[in-house]
Amino acid sequence: MSEAPAAPPTASADRADGIDLLLRPPEPRAGWRLLPARVAAMCTVELQKLRHDRTELYTRAVQPALWLLIFGQTFTRIKAIPTGGIPYVDYLAPGIIAQSAMFIAIFYGIQIIWERDAGILNKLLVTPTPRSALITGKAFAAGVKSLIQAVVVIVIAALLGVALTWNPLKLLGVAAIVVLASAFFSCLSMTIAGVVLSRDRLMGIGQAITMPLFFGSNALYPVSVMPGWLQAISTFNPLSYQVDALRGLLLGTQAHVALDLAVLLVSAALGITAASSLLGRLAR
Amino acid sequence: MTNDAGAPQTGADAAGGAATPSADAVSCTGLAYAFGETRAVDGLDLSVAKGEVFGLLGPNGAGKTTAIRCITTLLPVPAGMVRVFGHDAAKERMAVRRLLGYVPQQLSADAGLTGRENVALFARVFDVSRRERGERVAQALAAVDLTDAADRLAGTYSGGMIRRLELAQALVSAPRLLILDEPTIGLDPIARTGVWEHINAVRDATGMTVLVTTHYMDEADQYCDRVGLMHRGRIRALGTPAELRQGLAERRGTETLPTLEDVFRDVAGSGLDDTSGDFRDVRSTRRTAHRVG
Repeated sequence: MSEAPAAPPTASADRADGIDLLLRPPEPRAGWRLLPARVAAMCTVELQKLRHDRTELYTRAVQPALWLLIFGQTFTRIKAIPTGGIPYVDYLAPGIIAQSAMFIAIFYGIQIIWERDAGILNKLLVTPTPRSALITGKAFAAGVKSLIQAVVVIVIAALLGVALTWNPLKLLGVAAIVVLASAFFSCLSMTIAGVVLSRDRLMGIGQAITMPLFFGSNALYPVSVMPGWLQAISTFNPLSYQVDALRGLLLGTQAHVALDLAVLLVSAALGITAASSLLGRLAR
Repeated sequence: MTNDAGAPQTGADAAGGAATPSADAVSCTGLAYAFGETRAVDGLDLSVAKGEVFGLLGPNGAGKTTAIRCITTLLPVPAGMVRVFGHDAAKERMAVRRLLGYVPQQLSADAGLTGRENVALFARVFDVSRRERGERVAQALAAVDLTDAADRLAGTYSGGMIRRLELAQALVSAPRLLILDEPTIGLDPIARTGVWEHINAVRDATGMTVLVTTHYMDEADQYCDRVGLMHRGRIRALGTPAELRQGLAERRGTETLPTLEDVFRDVAGSGLDDTSGDFRDVRSTRRTAHRVG
């Protein structure tokens, strides 16, 4: 066994030229400032990626456009669903905004598994970022991505003649609701990722839960027309609260926005807790 | 600013309370970690001195990556003790992480971001202030000769460039300990040399400690100050490459100096068996090799 060699030579002035900042560690953030900084970092990455490649944004706009154009226009004519006196396409629009945002968030777990396989997750976990802060950052990054998608759907809905509000405060409320709900759905996805640990399994489960979440909500029809058992399920479906709030804010229909906001806040917090506690399984 | 070894101080002494000033960069005592019935690390004792380039060598499944994951706080420390610059890796995780720069085995740069954005992300998560972020990122990119390619998407980089980019990501927080897990796997000889030249240049300039795992005995021989030969979860031989080769020559009574690979074969004996590396290890290695072409 050998002794360790002497320390390396002291950096000479010319070597240190141009790397002076790399010799000095950054001042650590502590306390409450750490979480918003990590959330901002993750959201920035999401926006940078979207700026470089907008293909997903365009392709994901097709399905909601078809829902509004075909399903919405047709059911407006049929008049089979009680909408409280507004055209069905108007009634449908908030549901489709929520659906398209959920579809983005619910597959976020696949991204985290991909990041694990690529070594990106491990590298992030070796930074001074608590797991809960990393998950919160990812959740809000999913929210930002969903929000951009929601803007696209709102524009499509407006072009189809849906009478949406343009009140900035209400639109701010819409943004908050979309981000919170997407944070929950992305955490649900990341929680499942932490359990199943593989992309293939997560794809299957994601597809299996997406449709029940959508059809078991008030996105397409009011809860009152559902059978009793489905009404009971809908009570526990965060998508129903998201759609209710979006309808109230965008169309001015009767809604329980405060309750919806509270449910989504609690759901997001629970989702972040669950996903954070399982993140360690992905690192192994 | 210099440390007690005379090298510039590159890390966060203030990162996590009082660490012993004379502590080794890394100290593992009786470290053990098992995956089910498989003991990946089985009583590892290891000390890495400040400022040295230490190579942890061994075949797939030797326990190198598991040991590295315990040191980097990615895995808990269920048995034994791991200290990084005196900080307990089990109890002072945040303090340990602030001292580390980590390059995993996989090509871990985000292909959907530019080189600059990749490095800026790590500047952000290490709390580099907005005021100096741009300049610090630029310095990290310049240190690995990627200034000209900084605004290209990382997806367009060659394997060697991605490794250098990952090095820049690790350097941007001025770590005291740089941990590289198989940094040259899958690279062609020229790219391998390039990566090592940058590692050495940065080490010379900053005085940081480097802990590297590798399969390549020739690289370890050429670039590491000391090496530990790991097999079945433990260090089986430790010393400078020259000492290990000389030791084997003396045991064999030959004048011809053996290679480090001979030393490894001598230490491992016929133990390079079916337990060397699980499916995931091998798949990960092959994926990385495939991605770098």
